[in-house]
Amino acid sequence: MVYPSTMSLTANDVLHIARLARVQLAPADVERFTTQLSGILEHFAALAAVNTDGIEPTAHPLPLSNVMRADEVAPSLSQEDALANAPEQEDGYFRVRAVLE
Amino acid sequence: MTTAVATEFETVIGLEVHCQLITRSKMFCGCSTAYSGAAPNTHVCPVCMGMPGVLPVINEQAIEYIAMTGLALNCHIAEFSKFDRKNYHYPDLMKGYQVSQYDLPVCKDGWLEIQVEGEAPRRIGITRVHMEEDTARLLHRVDAATGEGYSLVDVNRSGTPLMEIVSEPDMRTPAEARDYLVRLRQILRYIGVSDANMEEGNFRCDANVSLRPRGTAAFGTKVEIKNMNSFRAVHDALAFEEIRQAAVLREGGKIVQETRGWVDERQVTVSQRSKEEANDYRYFPEPDLPPLELSREFVERARARLPELPAARRERLLGLGLSEHEAATLTETRERAEYYDAVVAAIPGDRARAIKLGANWVLGEVGRWVNAAPGRTLAALPVTPAALAELIAMAESAAITGAVAKEVFEKMTESGESATVIVERAGLAQMGGSGELEGFVRKAIEANPKAAADFRSGKEAALNSLMGAVMKETRGRANPDAVRDLLRKELSE
Repeated sequence: MVYPSTMSLTANDVLHIARLARVQLAPADVERFTTQLSGILEHFAALAAVNTDGIEPTAHPLPLSNVMRADEVAPSLSQEDALANAPEQEDGYFRVRAVLE
Repeated sequence: MTTAVATEFETVIGLEVHCQLITRSKMFCGCSTAYSGAAPNTHVCPVCMGMPGVLPVINEQAIEYIAMTGLALNCHIAEFSKFDRKNYHYPDLMKGYQVSQYDLPVCKDGWLEIQVEGEAPRRIGITRVHMEEDTARLLHRVDAATGEGYSLVDVNRSGTPLMEIVSEPDMRTPAEARDYLVRLRQILRYIGVSDANMEEGNFRCDANVSLRPRGTAAFGTKVEIKNMNSFRAVHDALAFEEIRQAAVLREGGKIVQETRGWVDERQVTVSQRSKEEANDYRYFPEPDLPPLELSREFVERARARLPELPAARRERLLGLGLSEHEAATLTETRERAEYYDAVVAAIPGDRARAIKLGANWVLGEVGRWVNAAPGRTLAALPVTPAALAELIAMAESAAITGAVAKEVFEKMTESGESATVIVERAGLAQMGGSGELEGFVRKAIEANPKAAADFRSGKEAALNSLMGAVMKETRGRANPDAVRDLLRKELSE
């Protein structure tokens, strides 16, 4: 999503973000979060003011690359441990509510 | 495909292939990828289950495999690439995001040459090949008590290295799309990075298809097709879709940009519930994974691991004087191609003759043996290339006849013994023009007086039944030329 340069959000933006995050918001919350989230984004406006011409985008701040492991198998959890925190389980599976694609 | 589609519209097809790599462990953790047939949720750990606070570490083998794939597909291997988070909510995605690659994939800008039978070869562009992780597996069930649907989650597959190969929209017919997939699978299997088995789900294909008026350049609105579980299904779904879209356009309608699923039983594509909003994956760089800076040495090591690729092998065999069909069939699998090369190398004597004899045997008797049982592969053949070459050399030197050679081959496939051992024990060595053979010839003439009389009265064909009688008595060990000469000699006296 491309945010407007003013960094202020509309109520629709907030509803969209809430939907993506699977969060249900009451109308009063929408208003409150619109103000609060816009306020947070305002802080980034300071960054937008910096001249970044000719500067490569930085994906990672640390001077690290190629951190890899050998293709070796390590022990896995037992099924019992894997499912230990599951609110619902069935036949060794996690059981979840139906989700339509 | 209808003629109307072919003359009025041009079909534009691009394919996205997801294929699992055959590493021992998962992409970002040490869990074993050998979960096929395992109990659910037994090949899992905090990393692939998406527990908070865990750190993924890149499997180096997977990176080598994707580099090999990129090289085999004539791609540029990026000096700098990185992983990104693709965010969406679905129960098969344990972390709420998939680790994938967005703008800096490991490989890009390649091509694969296809050739539909009877048409000129064409290059299909490869846009990119990137690395990501597979999702968990969902089973959908219905609660018997409430009648409500629910899903079961098996996390074993989650985190398996998955490679996505995206083509340019360069294919024009369903047949081209199928040929692309066949050749892509062949390459992946040759280089040994994936089992690439569509039916088993480790090679999956989605298609983008659109139509445009023939002769125009702008793309039409595209439709994405999913749920195709075989090469035939891909072909049929695309063939259905081009007719459907042509019908809509011809009536002045508009194609809706949507995802459609192929329903194999009904041979149709159906609209999958359109998403409420456009995908908004909010990609951002994966903070837990430092970028990849693949060195020249790393790329060259990957290149050195590539075998001779199918197209190059085919060309080489054509250059040896084999036919298109022979070259294509011998190189269909790396296993067969290497077996053939080893057989030819082990046959002594004239090279041109060895090339031809090797092809005849590998495509003939060896092929018959492999096809004789379902699921049988060349790897199970108890006859080594050297052992087959020995047999071929024996037949060639007339130590045994052609008929006996086939019989000996069959015995070799059963016992794994050498041709020499089998021939000696069974007394199958070819009889020459000795007195022994003359005895068989005289006996055949005595036993078939009518055929003998017919031949003497000028019926040349009568010789064949006498030949047959001798071959039967000698169990195929007699040299046919010698028998023919002896028969003529005896009958003319």
